[in-house]
Amino acid sequence: MSNSVQQTQARVAASLRRRYRAERRFKLYGLLAVLLGVSFVLFLFGAIIAQGAAAFRQAQVTLDIQYNEDVLGLAGERTPEALATADYAALVREALRARFPDAQGREGGRAALRLVSNSAAHELQRRVEVDPSRIGTGERLTFLAGADVDQFLKGKIDRTLPEDQRPLSDQQIAWIDALREDGALRLAFNRGFFTNGDSREPEQAGVLGALAGSMYTLLVTLVLSFPIGVAAAAYLEEFAPRNRWTDLIEVNINNLAAVPSIVFGLLGLALFLNFFGLPRSAPLVGGLVLTLLTLPTIIITSRAAIRAVPPSIREAALGMGASNLQMVTDHVLPLAMPGILTGAIIGLARALGETAPLLMIGMVAFIVDVPRGFTDPSTVLPVQVFLWADSPERAFVERTSAAIIVLLLFLLIVNATAAVLRRRFERRW
Amino acid sequence: MKTIPPLLICPLLWLAATTAAAQSGRDYITVVGSSTVYPFTTTVAEQFGKTGKFKTPKVESTGTGGGIKLFCAGVGVGHPDIVDASRAITAGEIESCNKAGVREVIEVKIGYDGIVVAGSNKSPVMKLSRRDLFLALARQVPDPANPQKLIANPYKTWNQVNPELPAEKIEVLGPPPTSGTRDAFTELVMENGCTNFPVIKALQGSDEPNFKRVCDSLREDGAYIEAGENDNLIVQKLQASPKILGIFGYSFMEENLSVIHGSPIEGVVPTFDSIASGQYVVSRPLFIYVKGAHMDVIPGMRQFLAEYVSQRSMGEEGYLADKGLIPMPAAEVTAVRASLQSKLEKK
Repeated sequence: MSNSVQQTQARVAASLRRRYRAERRFKLYGLLAVLLGVSFVLFLFGAIIAQGAAAFRQAQVTLDIQYNEDVLGLAGERTPEALATADYAALVREALRARFPDAQGREGGRAALRLVSNSAAHELQRRVEVDPSRIGTGERLTFLAGADVDQFLKGKIDRTLPEDQRPLSDQQIAWIDALREDGALRLAFNRGFFTNGDSREPEQAGVLGALAGSMYTLLVTLVLSFPIGVAAAAYLEEFAPRNRWTDLIEVNINNLAAVPSIVFGLLGLALFLNFFGLPRSAPLVGGLVLTLLTLPTIIITSRAAIRAVPPSIREAALGMGASNLQMVTDHVLPLAMPGILTGAIIGLARALGETAPLLMIGMVAFIVDVPRGFTDPSTVLPVQVFLWADSPERAFVERTSAAIIVLLLFLLIVNATAAVLRRRFERRW
Repeated sequence: MKTIPPLLICPLLWLAATTAAAQSGRDYITVVGSSTVYPFTTTVAEQFGKTGKFKTPKVESTGTGGGIKLFCAGVGVGHPDIVDASRAITAGEIESCNKAGVREVIEVKIGYDGIVVAGSNKSPVMKLSRRDLFLALARQVPDPANPQKLIANPYKTWNQVNPELPAEKIEVLGPPPTSGTRDAFTELVMENGCTNFPVIKALQGSDEPNFKRVCDSLREDGAYIEAGENDNLIVQKLQASPKILGIFGYSFMEENLSVIHGSPIEGVVPTFDSIASGQYVVSRPLFIYVKGAHMDVIPGMRQFLAEYVSQRSMGEEGYLADKGLIPMPAAEVTAVRASLQSKLEKK
């Protein structure tokens, strides 16, 4: 008797050690998996932030501009046409020549003008057109510096390279050094990045156009997909009879959730553009396509949330004399709302990051003007990232990363809103 | 009872309202087409938007073929006004245009683009010829033992192709078949290189489809690596592995001279001047095609074209040259302007 007890105890003790070891190993694997995931995320964010941070600062150059009538080529004329066609770049060139007497001749003038962004000429034109009496006077103004100067100040252009391998000549670097010593050339906060639309000149390019496009698109998606998705889920869970047809619908919805997004783009092209004749590149169409994309996600998560509401709530409502509709709208949906919102936010977050379906409906485009409505041509943030990553100019590299940072912040705001809403709707039973 | 029905009806009403309002007109120019011409058309569009009284044109990068398809789909505000093309429009495309009612298509040549075979500055310059490139990259080459027979490409290193080249593994990154750059590369380099061999030259004229197949097919055994349409990616890969060569447009090389250099082809280094003068052989003309029927329908079409062909944009020292476009000689620019002018006046 005691012998067999001892044997059993010994066996248990041995297997116990083995089981504890197995548990420790399993926990270690889990921890390693989490650490690996976290290190990937940290590496990705670290790389993007390290590269993009520079884009939030931008080189600016301060010049003494003389509104000289002869340089402008106006000859006494003050008509709007004459003011519109005057040579404003020449004002910048002359200001630089006054500062650097060695910038002579055509070539010298061109080399000097490259230090300053071509937005300077447009700004001078605006100032003169607003107030023509400026002609004949002078003032000190701050302009954007050229993209090469900007990259040079940020240390992205190596001055020790041979002259023919870098975009700035020895002469231009000497000018830059002189301007820097005077404090006329410095890095300042890059406000234009948040207030401009796209541009082919890196120093003038901004994300506002893409940001506005993303907001309009997501608004359309939210307004359409949320009510439709919740209504579909409520109908399927609470009202629909269980038969072959509803089974078929359920299988189809689950399949749709796994369809590659480009397919929705093709559908959008055929349906909304070719059949309904909606405009290309419009946030309205983008939102409609992304609605198709997010609907399955919202329906599936909403159904799960509705199913999780305990049957006792339904029975109590019906027992108190509520109709089926009252039971759903007054009791089941409010209780399921936290889960539904989570599903909607997951769907929207996916929609925010999509580029492939938008390719087909023309939202991958160069658009300078910031969109002001749902049918204005526009693009979205991930597409802007894609377009800049594909641009030849070196200065777009840091802007690509900066646009990614803005996209991540936007995503963070959406997710934080969801968390707050969920907390407010949260109920326990 | 209170919430659900309005929730359902609102979006439908709203959709109906916006649909009706959407397509009443368009007050901006729409451009589609080649990703090679995209950097130039966008620059002109931006300048045009800043100085003129018109909205900035919208420019989409769809590739030449895709762009022409959209362009030729019909006449009306729902269809693009201008298409960027990195090659001339084909007779078949003109025909499909005509079928859809797009009768008047005005061609405007905007300049030239060079295609470079570039290497990292960390490795020595490789002097290449079109013959070398054909032997290194074609799927089928004449058998060195029996020149009358075509065999699968046996060459592994550059010195097997040409004893003057280094004994490095053949590895070239280049664009995929959907790209206009690839079309131009096979046309300008491979189809010329393959005529160096009598057995393939015999096919030219007698068996044209077979000639095209032999000359245009690139290796698929890892020596030629398709790198997608993103030329910046190729530049980065060249930096990471200096032994590899890359094929892309001149404008990308110009922006990255600190890390890469263009290999001389037939003894000519790709520079701005050698491409403009035609000495560098791997260069092609770029075009835009304009829909005549839209000329007086979409506001700003004439002014936009005037800006495009103006001296300050496509002239020798214009802003397009700064963006890497190789400008046409002055006489050719004048001819392009005159022909555009006469076509616009006829309307």
